[in-house]
Amino acid sequence: MKILVCVKQVADMESAFKIDAAGTWIDEREIAFRMNEYDEYAVEQAVRIKEQREGDTDITILSIGPQRVTETVKKALAMGGDRGVHVSDDASARKDPWQIASIIAAFAIDKQFDLIFTGMQSQDRGSAQVGVFTAERLGIPCVTTVVEFVLEGGDVTAARELEGGVKMIVKFGLPAVVTCQLGLNRPRYPTLPNIMKARQKEIKSIPVSELLNEDPLLSVEKIYHPEKKNHAVVLEGEVSELADRVAVMLKEKSFR
Amino acid sequence: MKLLLVCEYRQGRLLDGAYELLGFADRLNAERAVVTIAADVSVPKCNATVYLADAERVGEYNPDAHKRIILAAAEREQPDAIVFSHTVYGWDMAPRIASSLKAALISEVVASTEGRFEVPCFNSKMRRIITPNTPRIVLTIQAGAFAPATVEGSPRIERVESESASGRAELAGYEPAPMKDIDLGRAEVIVSVGRGVGKKENIPVVAALARELGGELGATRPVVDAGWLEYSHQVGSTGQIVAPKLYVACGISGAIQHLAGMKRSDFILAINKDKDAPIASIADVLVVADVMQFVPALTSRLQQ
Ligand SMILES: Cc1cc2nc3c(=O)[nH]c(=O)nc-3n(C[C@H](O)[C@H](O)[C@H](O)COP(=O)(O)OP(=O)(O)OC[C@H]3O[C@@H](n4cnc5c(N)ncnc54)[C@H](O)[C@@H]3O)c2cc1C
Ligand SMILES: Nc1ncnc2c1ncn2[C@@H]1O[C@H](COP(=O)(O)O)[C@@H](O)[C@H]1O
Repeated sequence: MKILVCVKQVADMESAFKIDAAGTWIDEREIAFRMNEYDEYAVEQAVRIKEQREGDTDITILSIGPQRVTETVKKALAMGGDRGVHVSDDASARKDPWQIASIIAAFAIDKQFDLIFTGMQSQDRGSAQVGVFTAERLGIPCVTTVVEFVLEGGDVTAARELEGGVKMIVKFGLPAVVTCQLGLNRPRYPTLPNIMKARQKEIKSIPVSELLNEDPLLSVEKIYHPEKKNHAVVLEGEVSELADRVAVMLKEKSFR
Repeated sequence: MKLLLVCEYRQGRLLDGAYELLGFADRLNAERAVVTIAADVSVPKCNATVYLADAERVGEYNPDAHKRIILAAAEREQPDAIVFSHTVYGWDMAPRIASSLKAALISEVVASTEGRFEVPCFNSKMRRIITPNTPRIVLTIQAGAFAPATVEGSPRIERVESESASGRAELAGYEPAPMKDIDLGRAEVIVSVGRGVGKKENIPVVAALARELGGELGATRPVVDAGWLEYSHQVGSTGQIVAPKLYVACGISGAIQHLAGMKRSDFILAINKDKDAPIASIADVLVVADVMQFVPALTSRLQQ
């Protein structure tokens, strides 16, 4: 069984974001990066399949971006991926989902993957497009927003999570692209020995120019902080003072 | 400007998003047509042509067939934009349509002016203005971003051939949401735990505040997914919808799916170390502090 997992490195969402000189993306200096949360579930699911099937599974981890994204590939390898692919692209943040999908598809087209896992969406752009676009380009089925995944023989039974917590159970065969929703599993923390072992694993670097074959369908005019209308009253300062003020406020409003 | 609105039907009913799609068309002052794979009785009330395929035959979930039906309606109408709700159905189908038409897809639109579309990014902390590079476009609109149209009008139904073709992925049934042993919907006070609380072992500290305020304990989804609290505590679009008099959000960023569950609370107090957290856009008061320091301090003040 050959599995491809697409992982994106994204800025830590708790960062104080500044805007870059062009005004179309964040200023990436002094920002910490990590694996897109949804993609952690994707990696974990692939590793679980490998553990479930003795010995015939090979997991490729692919990430598109500048040199720093190899750290995210290494994390996925430490979780249990077998080999890494770094599609080297300093301008990946300026590519649209259509282009990112075309790069992934161009890589995957001649490799006969049985399963391709992506996150349901990326936290930075939240487009929820790349997984489905990739499947469409490869001409294989795509099942999105998956919260349960069972592989038996070559058949998959999966639950897709719908609004209101209702689950839709679907069955499909391979090959397929699956987009992973939060809660699909409990992503493991890489152990120290596995982090060491991952250092030996190969990460192949491919220049993006070898795989990109599409122009963008979208343009970004600008990025900005939303206007703070109806914004909360912000209380800052010493914790004990804050607690006094809020306690008085709650009592005045007779919540207590 | 002409829009083709794709309305969603599930388990026998038309979903409310249909009227938000119509409201979006009103807002843009656009001509409109509707396409839906549904039942006769669930066609939205509106003054527009509705292309109706029989869900019974096609299947509520059959992306391949839905794609063919939507594309056929687009072929007939030649719309400038094909519009979905940004729901599980919408983000599943929209890229399939955009890909076939090689049309720009703009996801989770919250506002639109003259061909420029505003979308959230970075977990809603920032916004971007996107413009399409293609003449025809596909959009998904965020739930709640556009006021629904009034439910009125008589649709002109155009039945579309719907052969019962089996797709490559098949619906095998639905599983209802797990039973809730706590009815947060009735609580007057809810104190909710977000990931900022740090770890499961810290939950009693927040629970103590809930007890002191005579309220129930709520949670965000990551807290439930990580097993810190049961699903019955989850507030949000895939949990419970609540409207207490007081909602205290402890270490909660304020993602749209969480806000969908609690934005109707009378008074919202948020505690977050990040003063730019999106929760501030709906909270009444934001205390910028570490939850694990502030919450016990507040509880002890209230006890005095
Ligand atoms: C289809 C779909 C459905 C979803 N349904 C739901 C749903 O029903 N309910 C739901 O809640 N989510 C839902 N989500 C998930 C949602 O998008 C967010 O991921 C989630 O709400 C974030 O939870 P959080 O605020 O606890 O965590 P985070 O977003 O990680 O936020 C943690 C916050 O805590 C703050 N913080 C960190 N440390 C501290 C500290 N020491 N002191 C104070 N503050 C601190 C941070 O600044 C941050 O703002 C859904 C997502 C999808 C895609
Ligand atoms: N630069 C990237 N490198 C690898 N995978 C990516 C990249 N961008 C997006 N993806 C994958 O596509 C998914 C959906 O992304 P998006 O459509 O941007 O919301 C992510 O969860 C990843 O699995």
